[in-house]
Amino acid sequence: MDVRSQTALVFHLDKCIGCHTCSVACKNIWTDRKGTEYMWWNNVETKPGTGYPTKWEDQEHYKGGWALHNGKLRLKSTGRGRIIPSIFHNPSMPSMDDYYEPWTYKYDELFNAPEGDDQPTARPISMVTGEHIDIKAGPNWDDDLGGSKVYAENDPNLEELTPEVRRQMFEIERMAFFYLPRICNHCINPSCVASCPSGAMYKRGEDGVVLINQERCRAWRSCVSACPYKKTYYNWSTGKSEKCILCFPRLEAGEAPACFHSCVGRIRYLGTVLYDADKIVECASKPDLELVDAERELILDPHDESVIAAAKIAGISDDVIESAQRSPVYRFVKEWKLALPLHVEFRTFPMLFYVPPLMPVISNKDAGPVRNDTEDIFSDIEKARVPIKYLANLFAAGNEGKVRSALKKQYAVRLWRRHVTVGDITEETAKRALTDAECSVDEAEAIYKLTALASMDERVVVPPSQREMAIEALEDPLEHKQSMGFGFRSAPVRGQ
Amino acid sequence: MSDTLLFGVLPYLAVGIFLIVTIQRYRQRTFTYSSLSSQFLENKKHFWGSVPFHYGILFVLFLHLAGLVIPDMILAWNAVPLRLFVTEATGLAMALIALVGLVNIVLRRMQVSKARTVTTPSDWIVYALLGVQIVTGIGVAIFHGWGSSWFATSLTPWFWSLVRLEPELSYVSALPFLVKLHVVNAWLLIGFFPFTRLVHVLVVPNQYLWRRTQVVIWNHDRHTTRSVD
Ligand code: SF4
Ligand code: SF4
Repeated sequence: MDVRSQTALVFHLDKCIGCHTCSVACKNIWTDRKGTEYMWWNNVETKPGTGYPTKWEDQEHYKGGWALHNGKLRLKSTGRGRIIPSIFHNPSMPSMDDYYEPWTYKYDELFNAPEGDDQPTARPISMVTGEHIDIKAGPNWDDDLGGSKVYAENDPNLEELTPEVRRQMFEIERMAFFYLPRICNHCINPSCVASCPSGAMYKRGEDGVVLINQERCRAWRSCVSACPYKKTYYNWSTGKSEKCILCFPRLEAGEAPACFHSCVGRIRYLGTVLYDADKIVECASKPDLELVDAERELILDPHDESVIAAAKIAGISDDVIESAQRSPVYRFVKEWKLALPLHVEFRTFPMLFYVPPLMPVISNKDAGPVRNDTEDIFSDIEKARVPIKYLANLFAAGNEGKVRSALKKQYAVRLWRRHVTVGDITEETAKRALTDAECSVDEAEAIYKLTALASMDERVVVPPSQREMAIEALEDPLEHKQSMGFGFRSAPVRGQ
Repeated sequence: MSDTLLFGVLPYLAVGIFLIVTIQRYRQRTFTYSSLSSQFLENKKHFWGSVPFHYGILFVLFLHLAGLVIPDMILAWNAVPLRLFVTEATGLAMALIALVGLVNIVLRRMQVSKARTVTTPSDWIVYALLGVQIVTGIGVAIFHGWGSSWFATSLTPWFWSLVRLEPELSYVSALPFLVKLHVVNAWLLIGFFPFTRLVHVLVVPNQYLWRRTQVVIWNHDRHTTRSVD
């Protein structure tokens, strides 16, 4: 057992209100520089929809992630020897047109326009060329199903749905959508890292954050193609790729990443999980339908004595183990099995999990409110406005059972709390729902608390990074005493 | 006199600049070592420029290096007329492919406004030098044929005399103008190399072929770091 610690994340989709505060917080801190204007390390998509970049989930087209090749894992894009023919022109690289061309407006024309009969206007100009552009699309053109004929109906996850179901989904009276906030998943088996010919990309051992060493990146752009989530971005100005850094400078100071800190819906949870690195390849090579379980299997129980012992041998500090024991992510993913990985069939084992949205038909215009205490309590889930199959394509590599049980449990918790607070549902019905969803009353209360009441400290349990100790292990801190000041990378020498 | 300057001094100057600046740049401004790809800004024309150019130029460069390092083997190979013909024809064909690529690259850089915004004066110098180099090379191949053989008795010995630090200009003084231009331009290219995006040649990712698939970097020694009890 090779135990490693990983900072993992959960987004609770039932709580996301699609306000984009997270995206803006991130943009203001990290991507307001030249060459990064088009990047949204955090973006919020409307589902169904084609997302950003357009149709990023279609790996027939983008060739991201891993594929099983004679039972062996292989990059879909350009691994090993295949880099040689593709290094001059990467065949599956998206271009700026797949994202959008960033623009601003000539605001000064509003003030400097000569007097005339017409209102002055500020024309849009490209932030790349400075020339006038006709804006065709933006990063979020299909927000709230805008232009659904062009966008939502082309969602790659709809492919396996029957035409009938698809037609129903897009009937105007039935249309439903939810938000999918996305950041880099800081995957356990990152295809971006595996594809980087320069070795500039790496996973931090202590917390699993995936980073690009800007000094070593040589613009071979393999990572942009290889990441199936399209979460590495090419900075066209500096000629270096960049990506979400999980606000590691904030994490190291014990603070939540900016998108977590600012999240209005409080949908974001962060905590350490321990996993077994020896099993990655074996688990990632399983058939699609077993992948959700395979990923859960990788994650170890931080309370288990043998895991703790192995973690200590692997150099994980007691504080980090203790933080893993308090991890909200561990509870959502492994204990309660409520949170599921996005597109686990890409086989990168994303460390960002989603609690799928519960969207039952609450009422319809003829029949008034729908009652929840019928014989078949969970029929509402089957009748949910977004088909289970669709959610399963997103969050469980098509395995409907995994999504159904996650939804059932959420629904049962709601019924239970309704019984407790409103009382129009009998204890018997509520308990029956809990039993059906394999959830105890205690568990239901715990889920309710972490979902609805948890404070920032409970939602975001930042592992102590202990960089000061890490450095002591590597070298004598006194060695640098009196040698360097702030902002220097080498000792300042008089006259040089 | 000018021969001394161009064939006795310029090579040392160029190599000197090349070594000093590439090393200094790598050590102090590693960040600037990048291929500065513009594929992201324009994805289609890029293929017809970059791909033929790189394949063509690499092949031709490889032939030149072979001529410098293993001239005897090249001569032996060329002893059969058919094989000589094959060498010459492939070399010329690859040079033409490189030229097509370069022309496409330059056209793309001029026509596509997004690509134009990331094109710097140093890029234009590189394109000009490469253009002269490829065109003169093709000229030599056409007007002064069988270069893959006479190369070994003029330019190769001159090159090694430079390496021995005893430049013997007699080997090159009688060469035709086109050949001289080709050679001088090559040294200019080497001298300008460290100031341009060409440095990406020095950081081709060969280690990728054998390194471990995943890269994990630890900030501590995994077996000694423990929290204080
Ligand atoms: S989501 Fe992040 S870690 Fe995973 S492959 Fe993409 S860039 Fe790499
Ligand atoms: S800030 Fe939170 S609630 Fe708002 S869009 Fe982002 S994830 Fe959703």
